[in-house]
Amino acid sequence: MDDLYRDYILEHYRHPHNFGVLEAPTASYEGSNPLCGDRITMMLRVEDGVVREVAFTGRGCAISQASASLLTDEIKGKTVEEVEAMTPDDVLELIGIEISPARLKCALLSLDTVAHALADEAAEKAESGGSVSASASGAGQG
Amino acid sequence: MADLATTGPTSQAAPARLDPYSLRKDFPILATSNRFGKPLVYLDSAATSLKPLAVIEAVDGYNREYSSNIHRGIYEIAERATEAYEATRVKVARLINAPEPAEIVFVRNATEAINLVAYSWGRRNIGRGDTIVLTEMEHHANLVPWQLVVQEMDGDLEFVPITDDGILRLEVYEVLLHLRPKLVAFTQVSNMLGTINPVREMVEMAHAAGALVLIDGAQAVPHVPVDVQELGADFYVFSGHKMLGPTGSGALWARRELLEAMPPFMAGGDMIREVHLRRSEWNEIPYKFEAGTPDIAAQIGMGAAADYLMGLGMEAVRAHEQELARYALEVLPREVPGIELYGPAAELRGGVVSFNLPGIHPHDVAQILDRSGICVRAGHHCTMPLHERFDLAATARASFNVYTVPEEIDALAVGLREVARIFDR
Repeated sequence: MDDLYRDYILEHYRHPHNFGVLEAPTASYEGSNPLCGDRITMMLRVEDGVVREVAFTGRGCAISQASASLLTDEIKGKTVEEVEAMTPDDVLELIGIEISPARLKCALLSLDTVAHALADEAAEKAESGGSVSASASGAGQG
Repeated sequence: MADLATTGPTSQAAPARLDPYSLRKDFPILATSNRFGKPLVYLDSAATSLKPLAVIEAVDGYNREYSSNIHRGIYEIAERATEAYEATRVKVARLINAPEPAEIVFVRNATEAINLVAYSWGRRNIGRGDTIVLTEMEHHANLVPWQLVVQEMDGDLEFVPITDDGILRLEVYEVLLHLRPKLVAFTQVSNMLGTINPVREMVEMAHAAGALVLIDGAQAVPHVPVDVQELGADFYVFSGHKMLGPTGSGALWARRELLEAMPPFMAGGDMIREVHLRRSEWNEIPYKFEAGTPDIAAQIGMGAAADYLMGLGMEAVRAHEQELARYALEVLPREVPGIELYGPAAELRGGVVSFNLPGIHPHDVAQILDRSGICVRAGHHCTMPLHERFDLAATARASFNVYTVPEEIDALAVGLREVARIFDR
């Protein structure tokens, strides 16, 4: 009868996958949802345009934490383009439960934070100019 | 829970006490149920209160029978509208014992009232290096407008800290008053901790230091007897929708000489006496501050709410809610293992109880309670600095009103045990 708090959601909340700190990430961002106090830091290591490693830390409600756990599983091994193309609907499908409008922000905080991390990385690369981009290209193109 | 309206302890009958079981019939929404067929257990009155029939009918009556603009029309229904609107001013003045109705300025809510004072009085009276003293327990509405004023005018803010029990530290307040602040602004009742502050003493101390005092009465007017003259306040603000009135209604009270010296906050129709192309003359108070057509129906509804509360008697309202607070502080720790409660003892507390279940985010708590028809607030309740003070990301909050009964606190306890069960399985 409880659609939102299915066992696997609570399991991801209690034992989130990919929870922890990533050494030397190429992209990271702290996202927050001030209204409810959800806070997530996403750390990614991107190589050759592919998300090789991803981890997150933070605290928040079961929905935001389970969403981060499921999303980090999902994007590992995907190309940056594929991750950037992910939509809110993709994340909701991943979570697999009906999310009420009031909780959408909780469910989507992880995707939003990943998107910010990747956008920051791209902006940094663009700013650092041509000479650096040649040397940085090995570390993470895309 | 379905028979809440008819059952109740028989010992409830002492005079000057209110009977929440019988007055629940005045609130039509309490007869509704949620999508699972559970009756409404409304424990979010600090966010907004439910509305009694008297208020609903007052709003409806205006819209059906005499919907017209005020202070203008020379015809029967317009005169009736003006009369009802101005009658509200008299009722609201009586509710807080203001010396005269002309000192009641109608606004949309307490937030607008504080902004009015901040723009009109603040920008005229706060200058470079001037201090405004606030407290750590202020609602954002009594914080952010003052941040804007001191940023613009190059003034300073100081804050009275609180104890771990959520009580203002008056010995620090006394020290801050040595800074000779121009204004002290604080809430009478905290919307998160429920703390009832020693307002009268604090006003006396502020006046002795030469400061004016603004009191945020949003959580006080609906719940405790308020006498602005006895408190000695200079500005007093509150919302209609938290005191059983409609959203869109509220009031600022200030002493006549303060209002008369203040420039208008908004300009337009109704606030002027004479308008010429290049200059205008302001209307007298309170109309100087009421530009444009207001929410007439809402203010008339607020008048009905003031009547309703005065009919119950504010002493009786306070006694009822203090009993509920005491009951909640006793039942919740006993029935809900591990629950963390914030704020002071029931004697110093309004009908507000904020809490957390260890390891469970308040949003999840509120979401699961919702299935049982129980409405609580989850988040920071527009008091982020106060949550930072306690190193909390968020809390859940149950808040009470005249229609709240102890059985609803029992239902909350049962609901919270269910939340813990779901997260423990």
